[in-house]
Amino acid sequence: MDLDPLLLSRIQFAFVVSFHIIFPAFTIGIAAWLATIEGARLVTGDELYRRVFDFWLKVFSVSFGMGVVTGIVMAFQFGTNWGVLSLRMGSIQGPLLGYEGFTAFMLEATFFGVMLFGRDRVSPRAYLFACCMVSLGTMFSSFWILANNSWMQVPVGHAIVDGRIVPADWWTITTGPIQRVRWPHMLLAAFLTTGMCVIATGAWYALRRVHLPESRVMLNWGLALVAALIPFQLVAGHLTGGYVHDHQPAKFAAIEARWTSQQPATEVLLAIPDQTLERNRFAVEVPKLGSFIATGTWDSREAGLDDFAPRDRPPVPIPFFAFRIMVGAGLVMLAISWFGNVLRLRGTLETTRWFLWCAYLSFPSGFVAIIAGWLTAEVGRQPWVVYGLLRTEDAITPSLTGGDVLLSLTGYVLVYSVVIPFGVYYIYKLLRDGPAAKEERPRGR
Amino acid sequence: MDASNLALFWAGVVALSILIYVVLDGFDLGVGVLFGTTDDESHRAAMMNSIAPFWDGNETWLVMIGVCLFAAFPVVYTVFLGAFYVPVLLLMVGLIFRGVAFEYRDRSERMRPVWDFGFSAGSTMVGFVQGAAIGGVMLGLPVHDGQFAGGSTQWLAPFPLLTGVGLVLGYSLLGAGWLVLKSEGELRDWAYARIPWLAGGVLAVLGIAAFLTLDYSEIAKGHWSERRWGLVFPAIGALALIGVAVGTRRRHDVLPFAMTVLFVVASFATLAVMFWPYMIPYSITIASAAAPEASLSFLFYGAGLFVLPVIAVYTFRVYWLFRGKVTKGYG
Repeated sequence: MDLDPLLLSRIQFAFVVSFHIIFPAFTIGIAAWLATIEGARLVTGDELYRRVFDFWLKVFSVSFGMGVVTGIVMAFQFGTNWGVLSLRMGSIQGPLLGYEGFTAFMLEATFFGVMLFGRDRVSPRAYLFACCMVSLGTMFSSFWILANNSWMQVPVGHAIVDGRIVPADWWTITTGPIQRVRWPHMLLAAFLTTGMCVIATGAWYALRRVHLPESRVMLNWGLALVAALIPFQLVAGHLTGGYVHDHQPAKFAAIEARWTSQQPATEVLLAIPDQTLERNRFAVEVPKLGSFIATGTWDSREAGLDDFAPRDRPPVPIPFFAFRIMVGAGLVMLAISWFGNVLRLRGTLETTRWFLWCAYLSFPSGFVAIIAGWLTAEVGRQPWVVYGLLRTEDAITPSLTGGDVLLSLTGYVLVYSVVIPFGVYYIYKLLRDGPAAKEERPRGR
Repeated sequence: MDASNLALFWAGVVALSILIYVVLDGFDLGVGVLFGTTDDESHRAAMMNSIAPFWDGNETWLVMIGVCLFAAFPVVYTVFLGAFYVPVLLLMVGLIFRGVAFEYRDRSERMRPVWDFGFSAGSTMVGFVQGAAIGGVMLGLPVHDGQFAGGSTQWLAPFPLLTGVGLVLGYSLLGAGWLVLKSEGELRDWAYARIPWLAGGVLAVLGIAAFLTLDYSEIAKGHWSERRWGLVFPAIGALALIGVAVGTRRRHDVLPFAMTVLFVVASFATLAVMFWPYMIPYSITIASAAAPEASLSFLFYGAGLFVLPVIAVYTFRVYWLFRGKVTKGYG
């Protein structure tokens, strides 16, 4: 059997990046949450916040460690498997990813040590400062990652000189209209993800009637923050859809499973898209709604996949389902947080056990939304790796053989399947035991 | 074609980052290697403690090297990673296992031997493949159209394997020096006892490697005959090893580590004299690898002028904050 290095490399990239994104997304959120709680403690002087802080710091530490180790893999993945991409786009992607490394390095690795080990060695204000810097560092890191990815989605601000792609306007590349929409979308996603985990943890303790003071802090803050942030996320998501509609019409058609162009366009709510027959089975549709969602009018013409040559079309089922899963997860967050606040204001939150169960079980909603959202964005961009400039099939390292990639893919799968379940298990144990659990042994003993 | 000032600046940053990485992650990887040679739980715990606040910061220098190459010299990044596909995989596996050990070993009872093994074996593997990659680069990499044009097992040759072993020994020497610097009592004695053996091993392997290099590489030989002044670096290296021996004999806790660092710096400078201005011998020079000026200057005004000095200051500050002997851990 001939092993295809291209297909295997794509599977490998999807695999390592999907596992990686879980941890930074969680970490960005926890870092902001820790800075918030530490600030609250400094203002109120309430030691309860300190216990909540110390507890989440432990979770942060494990999650951060896993983010670092899976992130190092990412830093070399472009060069090992995507040599042509690295060489041709290196003059733009290199500096963007470079700044991610610099930023992460400067703010996280340095202040992170102070945050973990420096509690008794620096003043409370300096400690809060370190927390804020770590949080800022994680946000800036995501800025550069999103700048890089936004450029791959819609390349702007570059010039082509003698067949080489060179940067022409860095301001446009880093803060273009697409980046301005997608970065907030990702940041909010990270905050909401952690927010849902904080809520779920608080609900878990409330269900078990343990750590009740800490549980209340987590439920109150978590529910309030998620409820306040989710409307902004709806707006950011809508704007993100707008850029896809305007700049990546083929991706938009794939998300909508619109095989032929229509005027006015129908919205497919649910269906099973059939790639070979190029039509939808069991479709649940609303006439004219497709035009309204895309443009705000009831009669616009919307592009279908038949507007594009077959070799320029993305696969349909993954973007179609992933998008709907993301939206569904967002609606779960909205329902939990808003209804939870109603119960909280009525004072019946801790006694409404069915709701606590729902809140507890919704802990993965943020992670699900993030992975589904990224699948929509990345699979929908195919067959391009840099939209309109470089096809994925042309981007691979030429010296790679199928055997090499099979070896590395197997290696990563084996290693991750040992390391990640244990990491998740240790995080689970930390969360289960809770803040008032017996004093953890200091690290290294 | 001459390299522009910006290209030279970024080549300098890459070189300095590699040097800093080898010294800093070198000592904590070395502690990892030594960790595997003892069963004493109190020693093991003290070893972990001595590097816990530093290792992830140290490892980030590796990411720094990667991103600097990608950003400023994409062709070097591409060729290097293409040529060392399997070593890079092993590097990642090693780094993952040693990285998670810091978080996992304290949280588990039954699985602890597994994480401990991962920590020491991972550290050893990381040192080995890095050394092998240095050896592989010294042998030269065939390049066609900006991409590596050799096979994926090219690095599996006697010379890279030798340099791999050499770097593991070198890292262990740094690690032993670090333990002497940071510990007291039994563990310090334990580390002191290992220094002469490790230093002897490093000297032997490097001697053979230097001899072999002159034997196969006409260009390296030519560079030596043009750059006689460069011989000062191997001489400093030899003196530094004598310094390690003196420090060990006199039981001066700082000297072995400091002298090993000097030895690493001297070895690095020796390599630079041999290969300048090639980034990948003998196909890619600094000038031919540099990214467009627009990329280099974008990097320079943000990262070069601002980020790098801040990193330098804060790396120093973190080490200062956790200075002195480790008695009960930093936790």
